[in-house]
Amino acid sequence: MEVNQVLDAKGLACPMPIVRTKKAMDTLESNQILEVQVTDKGALADLTAWTAAAGHTLLEHKEEADVLTFYIKKA
Amino acid sequence: MTVIKMTAAEVARKVIENKELFILDVRNKDAFEDWKIEGHSFDYLNIPYFDLLDGVDEILPKLPTDKDVLVVCAKEGSSLMVAEMVSEAGRDVFYLEGGMKSWSAYLEPIKVGNLTGGGELYQFVRLGKGCLSYMVISEGEAAIIDAVRFTEVFTNFAKEKNVEIKHVFDTHLHADHISGGRHIAEATGATYYLPPKDAEEVVFDYTPLEDGLTVKVGASQIEVGALYSPGHTIGSTSFIVDSKYLLTGDILFIDSIGRPDLAGLAEDWVGDLRETLYRRYRELAEDLIVLPAHFMIIEELNEDGTVAKRLGDLFAENHGLNIESEEEFRHTVTDNLPPQPNAYEQIRQVNMGKITPDNDEQTEMEIGPNRCAVR
Repeated sequence: MEVNQVLDAKGLACPMPIVRTKKAMDTLESNQILEVQVTDKGALADLTAWTAAAGHTLLEHKEEADVLTFYIKKA
Repeated sequence: MTVIKMTAAEVARKVIENKELFILDVRNKDAFEDWKIEGHSFDYLNIPYFDLLDGVDEILPKLPTDKDVLVVCAKEGSSLMVAEMVSEAGRDVFYLEGGMKSWSAYLEPIKVGNLTGGGELYQFVRLGKGCLSYMVISEGEAAIIDAVRFTEVFTNFAKEKNVEIKHVFDTHLHADHISGGRHIAEATGATYYLPPKDAEEVVFDYTPLEDGLTVKVGASQIEVGALYSPGHTIGSTSFIVDSKYLLTGDILFIDSIGRPDLAGLAEDWVGDLRETLYRRYRELAEDLIVLPAHFMIIEELNEDGTVAKRLGDLFAENHGLNIESEEEFRHTVTDNLPPQPNAYEQIRQVNMGKITPDNDEQTEMEIGPNRCAVR
């Protein structure tokens, strides 16, 4: 998977991970991929729901050593 | 316009005093549907904060101007962000300090009544989670039953009342919330009691809570007596306080009865539950006031905020006490049970002393409603 941009939102609390994700997505072209790293556990449900609501595609997410990583493809 | 902080204590007063409140809950839809702040006269709008990043113009017409609007989220951050946007649009708005996390933790002590010789009985209502704890006070001494994990609320209250905590009981090994009983006992030198049949796997010392055990609180005759009443768990034990109150633990609630499956043995314990509710409790005086360890719905609160009702009234009104056929009873309490409480297996492990999560992890485990009842 070719990642176009990486967003480090580790250590940030809700709502900042999603606010930053939205800003980063706004700078991408359609079909480009954003990698988002967060440590806020609440981000899993919220990022998943936001991605769907915004029409983007959540390609994958994983959890390693308390860091959640998301790969989102822009609509 | 201004953004104003509202504390969980202030929200609790609104629930108890039956005040109006409009809650703009900005958590995601699933979280809201699973668990929210319940009030007799509360109205709600659920829009996730991430749908409001571009502005709040669309929801402004839905926010009333004739009552307080409180923005609520999980931990506070998102509610503050949304509240600021609403404020910039020219409206006064409140946000909940600490979010649902602080709502889940808030305890409101309410006096249930007086006991013989100047004693008092307090119910600690945890509105957010539906947990009820008790403190019996008499002549400088106190006994606590089913304390939740915010131990300082109880030790500070005892200090305020100038009483020494002597006895700490858990009616059973809880599965929906983390008990504070053992830690209160350690901090105060009180005796900690647990029913031995629920305590086979615990890794700490405790005093067995056996059927018929009685303790006296203070020098006078206020008696706290144990009545073995299995069914929710095999060890579940009730208490009769001052021949006036029946503390039922998770066996009998105001509008529902205990579920027998949270320790994994619904089929085995349904007979015990039936026996307790339809025989043992029937032998007790109908004028006893039932004080359960939980409530599930806001309608179970009395006007003064307490959760309490005469046993005789429950025999007449509680559906779970009026199922004639044993077969139907078995069916009711073992089939179509509601989902189990969040992290209930882990919570049992904590209460057995087998795992010791930090405070944040405990908060996370206790998210959501208690779900200890079947209706």
